[in-house]
Amino acid sequence: MCLAVTGKIIALQDMLATVEIGGVTRKISIMLLPESKVGEFVLVHAGFAIQAIDEEEVRKTLELFKELEQYADQ
Amino acid sequence: MSHERIQMAHGNGGKLSHDLVKNIMWPAFSNDILGAMNDGAQFTINGARLAFSTDSYVVKPLFFPGGDIGKLAVCGTVNDVAMNGALPLYLSAGFVLEEGFPMDSLKRIVASMQQAAAEAGVYIVTGDTKVVEKGAVDGIYINTAGIGQIMDGVQIAGQNARPGQDIILNGYLGEHALAVMSERHGLEFPQTVVSDCAPLNGLVAELLTAVPQIAVLRDPTRGGLATTLNEIASQSQVGIMLDESSIPVSPAVQAACDILGFDPLYLANEGKMIIFVDKEYTKEVLSIMLCHTYGRESRVIGEVVSKPSPLGQVGLRTRIGGVRLLDMLVSDQLPRIC
Amino acid sequence: MLTNEEVKTAADFFTREIGRLAGEQPIRLMEVCGTHTVAIFKAGIRQLLPKSVELVSGPGCPVCVTPNEYLDTAIAYSKNPQVIITTFGDMLKVPGSTSSLAAQKAEGGDIRILYSPLESLEIAVANPHKKVIFLAVGFETTAPLAAATVLMAEKAGIKNFYVLSAHKLVPPALRALLMAEDIHVDGFLLPGHVSAVIGMAPYEFVVDEFQTPAVVAGFEPLDILQSIYLLVKQINEKTPKLENQYGRVALPAGNVVACQTLYKVYQRADAEWRGIGKLAGSGLAIREQYGNFDARTSIPVTVEATQEHVGCRCGQVLRGTILPTACPLFGKSCLPEHPVGSCMVSVEGTCAAWYKYGAGRWQG
Repeated sequence: MCLAVTGKIIALQDMLATVEIGGVTRKISIMLLPESKVGEFVLVHAGFAIQAIDEEEVRKTLELFKELEQYADQ
Repeated sequence: MSHERIQMAHGNGGKLSHDLVKNIMWPAFSNDILGAMNDGAQFTINGARLAFSTDSYVVKPLFFPGGDIGKLAVCGTVNDVAMNGALPLYLSAGFVLEEGFPMDSLKRIVASMQQAAAEAGVYIVTGDTKVVEKGAVDGIYINTAGIGQIMDGVQIAGQNARPGQDIILNGYLGEHALAVMSERHGLEFPQTVVSDCAPLNGLVAELLTAVPQIAVLRDPTRGGLATTLNEIASQSQVGIMLDESSIPVSPAVQAACDILGFDPLYLANEGKMIIFVDKEYTKEVLSIMLCHTYGRESRVIGEVVSKPSPLGQVGLRTRIGGVRLLDMLVSDQLPRIC
Repeated sequence: MLTNEEVKTAADFFTREIGRLAGEQPIRLMEVCGTHTVAIFKAGIRQLLPKSVELVSGPGCPVCVTPNEYLDTAIAYSKNPQVIITTFGDMLKVPGSTSSLAAQKAEGGDIRILYSPLESLEIAVANPHKKVIFLAVGFETTAPLAAATVLMAEKAGIKNFYVLSAHKLVPPALRALLMAEDIHVDGFLLPGHVSAVIGMAPYEFVVDEFQTPAVVAGFEPLDILQSIYLLVKQINEKTPKLENQYGRVALPAGNVVACQTLYKVYQRADAEWRGIGKLAGSGLAIREQYGNFDARTSIPVTVEATQEHVGCRCGQVLRGTILPTACPLFGKSCLPEHPVGSCMVSVEGTCAAWYKYGAGRWQG
């Protein structure tokens, strides 16, 4: 029930935003996330932005996964 | 629940397509040549080993980035013939046109066919044209059939896969499927997404001249890589193990798949081929492919293993080291929320 | 972005730790989201887990928990020549009592697949003399979108757009599972995208009332592995808590605007869940003031009497009490190409995933 992707907002007009995902773009509604701004990353589900992505948390998650290397072969 | 009417899934190259042939066509037409169930028929006439194949083209839209229905109609059949280890020589072309179809579009398509035929070095030597009333077909449908001569010393068949063979793919998956999807569901693709439609007979000829020991060739069209490998695994009764991180998928194709819920392993390709060959020849095969226009992204994506899982015959080692079973395509991939 | 080596190393760490912490005692974890079911199979995660850790799928496939009556109603509407049905692809092949939308489409029903419910509005505007009915299925991730579409239709003055709603809520289903006597679950993988909408608070009862470990999980293979690791760690340390592995998307407060939009158009109602039965307050019904967008109250239809398929054990599969292989129809009369029950037809239905991706372990 949860198929959604992360996209970057590259344009915005009223309640319609253009998101870019891997080079693919689509217009989506930001009616459910009206504070969205150009340059932000959002979670896109069935043509709507449904949540903002916390970029700091993204960084922390990536760092955590990378750090696990020090525990390799233990 | 058996099917009383044809559904779209019967035409997608997956399980239902196979069932249709198995349950309706095969009982009616059964003969040894058809029974081999390869992409084309192989037979001998007066000592000459020939390969013969046919396909119908109903793609929409008619014109897409990287090609059109005409180019597809020529390349598709040229490739099917070539995948039998044959040099394609002559094609037939049958057209079914809808009343009102623009003459300019027909001219464009026919020019495209000639261009593709010229590149492939084949001749369209016979054909037919029918016109039906408005609404009876959607614009234009094309059927092509092709005949070619199987190269000396070559034995290519879906039954020839054996443990100890590498599986090689010549490039990125899903590009054609995406190129024809461009106008749907509001997705806009970058300019880089272009159909990979191409005649592969030149590359096949080079490969088989240098390495006639190649065991299996197939082009993963409808149903995608996963379906094609399942067919071969089933025909040869072997197991296949693929390496997920080796399988090339472009960011745009991956993004479209993530958005719509599609799987790139099941998307159609029109300029891709899979080669099964004993590991001792892999290096040579790759060196030839990497130098060819249609092989620059070639790589080993897996191998034939001796003991398939009792649950299925094609496995995929995932990026995290797990194993996923790859089944044949059952029904068309549709945009989903789950 | 992580390189292949980094992914493998991280996965190895989690796999090792899960093995170390799990020990010999059997642990049964339930994932409550169909998308997780598929992600787990696609990543081949079961292959990496020790035999003592069992993953079962719960009723998180909105298509699978939709009862025959809904399908039969949609099919009945599709036979009306004035009606255009718009639906997500998930619903197309789901069997109702005697037919499916795919079969109706083959017989000439105007049934259109869309990626976004907003496409229904475009179709409604382009076909002013037809009634466009959108099949509104899905949990809290999707329901706000249907609500937003209704509001947009109202604003644009579109009078031929309707919704046939079967939306359901996750927390009431969790409560029913936790209270059921025949279901024993040691920990839950909670749906990351539902949480993005509803936040963390609605799950607190899982720990407060039932002392059951729960982790809100993302969908990448490493997200799922890490979530399983966190659950097994909680079980090992006997410290049940509600953790959020997916903090980058599932913000703890959820999406307030989405929830407000949802409850402007919808209200809680009792709902029938295939395999679980009727759960109070577990569904969503369109509020009276938006009744002119409700297909059920606005467009009369005659629906055939609902029949359940004999022998189909989707209900037990959905509750996680049996594996698909225990259903007598699985792999025999019930196959992806001709499914009997909804668990087999939806891509992330447990039976379909089990069949398509293999029971989980390569026996090479």
